[in-house]
This record gives sequence, structure tokens and C-alpha cells, in this order.
Amino acid sequence: MFEYYLSLFVKAIFIENMALVFFLGMCTFIAISKKIETAIGLGIAVVVVQAITVPVNNLIYAYLLADGALAWAGLPDVDLSFLGYLSYIGVIAAIVQILEMFLDKYVPALYNALGVFLPLITVNCAILGASIFMVNRDYNFSESVVYGIGAGVGWAIAIVVLASIREKMKYSDVPEGLRGLGITFITVGLMSLGFMSFGGISL
Amino acid sequence: MSQSVKEVLLAPILQNNPIGLQILGICSALAVTSKMSVALVMCIALTIVTAFSNLFISLIRNSIPSSIRIIVQMTIIASLVIVVDQVLGAVAYDTSKQLTVFVGLIITNCIVMGRAEAFAMQNPPGISFIDGVGNGLGYSAVLMAVAVIREFFGSGSLFGFEILPLVTNGGWYNPMGMMLLPPSAFFIIGLFIWALRASRPEQVEEADYEIGGHTALTRAM
Repeated sequence: MFEYYLSLFVKAIFIENMALVFFLGMCTFIAISKKIETAIGLGIAVVVVQAITVPVNNLIYAYLLADGALAWAGLPDVDLSFLGYLSYIGVIAAIVQILEMFLDKYVPALYNALGVFLPLITVNCAILGASIFMVNRDYNFSESVVYGIGAGVGWAIAIVVLASIREKMKYSDVPEGLRGLGITFITVGLMSLGFMSFGGISL
Repeated sequence: MSQSVKEVLLAPILQNNPIGLQILGICSALAVTSKMSVALVMCIALTIVTAFSNLFISLIRNSIPSSIRIIVQMTIIASLVIVVDQVLGAVAYDTSKQLTVFVGLIITNCIVMGRAEAFAMQNPPGISFIDGVGNGLGYSAVLMAVAVIREFFGSGSLFGFEILPLVTNGGWYNPMGMMLLPPSAFFIIGLFIWALRASRPEQVEEADYEIGGHTALTRAM
């Protein structure tokens, strides 16, 4: 049992890395990877938000939206799964907002460290993507907890690695037109090529 | 008036391309471009969502309280995406299967949000709609360019029609498998940005550091 969850976790981090294999959350991934410190801050914020939103969306899907899920309320024929996207993004926006208020009141140090990044996370496709993947693959509640944390950790590792490379790269003499955005794309391409080698591993 | 409409419609395609210059909405640009037909469906879906979300947000822009505007915009965009997703599932089932989660991810595509926030909140509905179409087309231009390169070199065909006869079918062209793999999209977009900036030097970014002269050389002189 433990092995199953461990393999799900490792798979979510490396083999199905959100950023480098599915290219989710690319906008923030490229825009906020100039410094290692900010990349770490954003990475932690993503892990926290993923770990909460994926299981919550799992509960919402299982008990409100799925076909026949409303049987407990006496409505066995109702299928609300078409409302999925709207509810997931609403849940994500609400949780990010609540988390922001909670951290502001009880953990001000963490709030100050994450401050700017929290609102940005609402529009990060990696967060919504993880929820949609979770529904598509029919994960149950405990699987969705493991998958949420794994997907967040994978994304965080990828952005920290990219930030480290970019910090070194600013000393190099890149051709003019390629400077900044262009070379970053090519770097991410090479990283993604490296991560593809995890693809053949079966756990 | 007609001049400015033309400008709003055409500027995002080359001068102010949302992907090339503003780094918006690249998530889906990479994942759906290995086949042209799939990329085309994605382009149409995104253009429709951007145009109509701009239109609707602009219609109610004066009655949205600014403190909750993000949630209102999200709700409008998510509803539009649900409509597009349901229509795709009914009309083009196979393509919608290939697009998997990426239709749903139009919700968090920064182009849609960005245009709603930056343009539709300040401008009347008509011109906002045109702005949405223009930005959708700018996105489509990049997506289709990448898809043409990837499908042509990766499987020797365009829109599924065979252009270069493959070795496996008795022809001469040995396909570049690399082009079908996702990382190639990064290289193509990187080179695309290079080309765009080489032709428009005002878009080149500032260097973080100036490379100093060779120390030994300077001393010798």
C-alpha cells in the first residue's frame, strides 16, 4: 500500500513533471525565474496551494458534481460534471484568498515571504491542470492528496533548477536577439529533454 | 475610426505579439502543436473565448466592483470555456480527446485574463471584441507556425496530407522524431523570438552585465 503511494508520488514529481513534461504554469515559470530566492518562495507557495486544492476539488467532484454524486441529497439522476471547470477555478480562487488572509493573521513571516506570489497562483495553469488531471484519472481522496503534493513538489523543483541556471547564465555573452526570453526558452527545452529520460522508468 | 480598428486588430499579430513579446499564454502553445489540425482547433477555441470574454466583460465593465473583478472575469471566462468544451465534445470528439486538459486550461491562459484586465475594462464593447479577435489571431499565428514546422519535419505531412513520402511508406524521407517530442516546441519558439527580435531590434532586452575587455589585452595596450 505504502509502495503504491510512493510510486504515485515519484511519478508525479519526475515522470509527469507539471512544468517540464506537460508544460503547465509556463507563464509564471518563465516570468518569475530570474532569482533563486523568489523561485523558492513561489515553489513553496505552489506546493501548499496544490496540497490543499487538489483534495478539496476531489471532494467537490465526488460528492457534488460526478454523475449520480448527489444521491445523498435525494437526486440520484443529476449529473453536474459540466460545471467542473467553473467550480475548480472558483475553489482555487477562494482557497488562495482564504490562505492569504489566514497567513496574514497567524503566520506573518511566511505571508511576507510569499506575499506577492499568492494572488498570482490563482491564474497558474499548473494548479488548475492538477485538478483536471485528478478528475480525468479518477483518483480517490488519499490518492489526490499524494498527487497534489507530488505535482506541487515537481513544479517547485523545476522552477528552482531553472532559476539557478538563469542566475549563472546572466554572466554569459548571449547573442542580442536571443537575450532574455529566447535563451530561456531554449534552456527550458534542454531541461525538458533531460526530464524525458525519466519517461521510460516504470515503478 | 477604421484606421484604429485595423490597428487594434493587426498590431497583436506581429508588432505586439502576445506570445513573442508579452510572454503570455505559452502553456498550451507548446503542448498542442505536434499536429496542425489539433493546433487549429485550439486556435479557434482560444480566439472565440478571448473575443467573447472581452465583449461580455466590456459590456458590464461599469458595474463590476473593482475589488471582486478578478472573480467576475474568471466566472465569465470559465463559463465560455465550458460552452466551447461541450461544443467540441459534441462536434469534434476525436480532436477534443487529443486536446485533453488543454481546452479547460484556456481558463487560466494569461492572454484571455490579460486582455480582459488590460483592454476590456477600459474600452467599449465593439473595440474590445476586435481586440480579443486580434490577440487570438496573434496567438494563432505563432501556434500555427510552430505546428507547421513540427508536423512537416516530424511526420512529413501538413494537415495529415503526406507531403514528403516517408521511408516507412516506401518513400525517401526519414522523419525527425525529435520534432514530435514536446521539447522541440521550446526550441522553435526560442528561435522564433530570436527572428522576431532580430527584425525589430527595439524589442531586444537589456543585458544584465556588460562583458569587460580582456584584462591582459587592455594592460598590454
